[in-house]
Amino acid sequence: MDNSLIQLAKQAILVPTGLQETDIHRVMDQLITGAVDDGDIYFQSSHYESWVMEDGIIKDASHNIEQGAGVRALSGEKTGLAYSDKIELNELLTATKNVKAIARQGQSAKVALSAAVHPTPLYPSVNPLNSLTDQEKVDLLLKIDTQTRQLDPRIEQVIVSLVGVQEHILIANQGNSLTGDVRPLVRMNVSVIVEDKGRREQGSMGGGARADYHYFLEQDRAMSFAKEAVRQALVNLEATPAPAGSMTVVLGSGWPGILLHEAIGHGLEGDFNRKGSSAFSGRIGERVASSLCTIVDNGTLAGRRGSLSVDDEGTATQNTMLIENGILKGYMQDKLNARLMGVQSTGNGRRESYAHTPLPRMTNTYMLPGESEPEEIIQSVKNGLYAKSFSGGQVDITSGKFVFSASEAYLIEDGKITRPVKGATLVGNGPEVLTRVSMVGNDLELDSGVGTCGKEGQSVPVGVGQPTLKIDGLTVGGTDV
Amino acid sequence: MQTEQEIQRLETIIHGLLEEARNQGASSASAGLSVDNGLSVSVRLGEVETIENHCSQGLGVSVYFGQTKGSASSTDISEKSIKETVAAACSIARYTSEDSYGGLPDADKLATEFNDLDLYHPWDIDAEEAITLATDCENSARQYHSDISNSEGASVDSYSGIHIFGNSLGFLHGYASTRHSLSCSVIGEREGAMERDYWYSVARNKQDLESTEFIGQKAAERTIQRLGARGLSSRKCPVIYSAEIASSLIGSFLGAISGGSLYRKSSFLLDSLDTQVFPDFMRLYEQPHLLGALGSSMYDAEGVSTRANEIVSAGVLNTYLLSSYSARKLGMQTTGHAGGVRNLCVEAGDHNLAQLLKQMDTGLLVTELMGQGVNPVTGDYSRGAAGFWVEQGEIQYPVQEITIAGNLKDMFQHILAVGNDIEYRGNIRTGSILVEEMAIAGE
Repeated sequence: MDNSLIQLAKQAILVPTGLQETDIHRVMDQLITGAVDDGDIYFQSSHYESWVMEDGIIKDASHNIEQGAGVRALSGEKTGLAYSDKIELNELLTATKNVKAIARQGQSAKVALSAAVHPTPLYPSVNPLNSLTDQEKVDLLLKIDTQTRQLDPRIEQVIVSLVGVQEHILIANQGNSLTGDVRPLVRMNVSVIVEDKGRREQGSMGGGARADYHYFLEQDRAMSFAKEAVRQALVNLEATPAPAGSMTVVLGSGWPGILLHEAIGHGLEGDFNRKGSSAFSGRIGERVASSLCTIVDNGTLAGRRGSLSVDDEGTATQNTMLIENGILKGYMQDKLNARLMGVQSTGNGRRESYAHTPLPRMTNTYMLPGESEPEEIIQSVKNGLYAKSFSGGQVDITSGKFVFSASEAYLIEDGKITRPVKGATLVGNGPEVLTRVSMVGNDLELDSGVGTCGKEGQSVPVGVGQPTLKIDGLTVGGTDV
Repeated sequence: MQTEQEIQRLETIIHGLLEEARNQGASSASAGLSVDNGLSVSVRLGEVETIENHCSQGLGVSVYFGQTKGSASSTDISEKSIKETVAAACSIARYTSEDSYGGLPDADKLATEFNDLDLYHPWDIDAEEAITLATDCENSARQYHSDISNSEGASVDSYSGIHIFGNSLGFLHGYASTRHSLSCSVIGEREGAMERDYWYSVARNKQDLESTEFIGQKAAERTIQRLGARGLSSRKCPVIYSAEIASSLIGSFLGAISGGSLYRKSSFLLDSLDTQVFPDFMRLYEQPHLLGALGSSMYDAEGVSTRANEIVSAGVLNTYLLSSYSARKLGMQTTGHAGGVRNLCVEAGDHNLAQLLKQMDTGLLVTELMGQGVNPVTGDYSRGAAGFWVEQGEIQYPVQEITIAGNLKDMFQHILAVGNDIEYRGNIRTGSILVEEMAIAGE
């Protein structure tokens, strides 16, 4: 039930601190006066735990609590933020006084009030931390560690980690409307080091969801991460240096969608486009990709790591068309940038915590499937690179240049995947790269739930995905010149 | 003095917390507490963009029951929360494993001298003054050249904090420190292509910050220099890492000789102690007690005293970087490096950057690195890069959309020179570094 989310959030945040709803109204009344156009109070209470198994033992584990409230005032293009770790009326009033300093001069352009959002929950209001007993968590890690070590005699080191978060969010918007959310998030990771004939390599695989720890027990997920990490490490033991230069690159399905996140996604965030600092600024309606490419940012997928029932400004998330059949359709917006660009928020206003300002951020960004069989795509390549998995990437949104590093890649020779190569970094130009997509697979896959995106020093969980893709001409940065 | 009183008050809290841990049955414990206040102001195109008032606090505790450990942290430092946080750590310690290498540092390793390292210089700046400074800074960037077409803004940040650390062996110390910075980022445009670059200054004392005019002009100059960047065909050639990014190369080295990587065998420099890891002209040393420096501290993250270290002399590795835990795992002694190095210096050569370019003659000057692309287990290295193509010791044109690749172990052995253009803005102080040969991948 929608209202129950708000009740749960109130229960978690207001009840222990004794803060009343009338106190929140009082702060909001003081906040939205004078030249302040809009503003909000963001209450957060997060419980986080982490268990790590290394050398076959649980060396340490931690439990962490983060709570506080951030008060934000918006006036024109200006943002004021002040926050406190104490959820108390006096602290909120002081913060309000501080943030109103931004609106000392200037005219007010009051924002039209919107009705309170009663989100449809996309994930259960569970507390992952209590979903298994501490003994059960320890037993799970022990079991994974033991079984992983039995997979191959070349395994030297196994590290298994388990992380769970429960976050309660309460957002007070103009017009005394309150929105709440209860956000579970779990993640598990297995990394291994293998050694053979004096050569060492690593492999790592993880997954997660907005769910509780039982997620890892279903479909034998935990062990599938371990098997995948070992497989990857063993492949890398055989890898030879990657080639250097421009060539045809086939990207695997799933996590390689990080390409879309870096090369396209960041450049389509509203703030950069409002400021004209993105290589995609002012290009709505133009062709930015081959007609095979349709890309969305979808915050509404049930249970996904990048999904949110409401964003951090209290706007319901949505499925936003970014690129349709190669044509740029839209940007991802938070409230501030939407207002300044004369459009509606797309539910992409996200913040790392109460101590950070919201920014337009991605949720789950992926390309829709095409019509080619993945095998057919590989067969069509005479000489090229097949990049199956990646370790991460980065983009300069102004020049459009992006980089990402393959953690598992193979040469394609005469339409066949042949030998594994190591150290393949891909570089390219965001607005150009998708114009060279010549085949799109029918095998759309989303990543396993491990993505974290950084922007202006703020980290938020995200999802990516794509079908198998063929790009005609991308620079591969190996050592074999 | 008010700050002294605040330090004492917070020390009392840590003292009480350690007592609480003992009362809850812990055989030993350590705890840290931080309180930070700050102001961040940013201005873009002459208008205020954000004003943020920062005020945060947090405490963390680790408890031991014999050889098992549990940890907990909270942003709430009230008495009630302290009891709960200690209880959470104790509860976790019931489920963690016996680890014979764990525990507090040996008592005789703990710092006993606490010199004033001149780290605390509060800046009594209000939002109005910060706006003026940021505006001046951005203006000097925007007025620098007609190709500066847009701005990401200029910002002023000022933080002051108090950090307390204590453990049940009787160690208890707190100190105050400040950190101020000024930064500017602008966009240039030529023939429809945009480039962005930035510059910043950071210091413990506001008097040590570069002027707003210098920072703005430097940001603009760097942006303008990048306009008209071309690709480069794949080749092998010498590479200079400019001083401001050379620290990342040294950072990869430090990661490979840190205890955690070594005992996990996830380092490409296993068993490298007393071996030649750099050419014999290279010296890396650490000065943790430099007055007013960004990395200075009298003790490491577990209270072990820090000391001046010769980490590499004549190219030979003299010491790993160990905490108590990693030292015990390796059968060695802690080197006071829990939490990393403090003011690591790479000894400068005689050449400035222009002379290094002459020495290189033909090759690549890298001024920006992108992406991860470093495999800490094997040392395999391949990162996105941007910079300048150099011929006959002179910069020819800007380049981008390329990668530079090699193996770190090999690259370290083939460093030809370290410049005297030392970068002081971080914890690693190095000049530009010339590497004999790397693989460039491009169009």
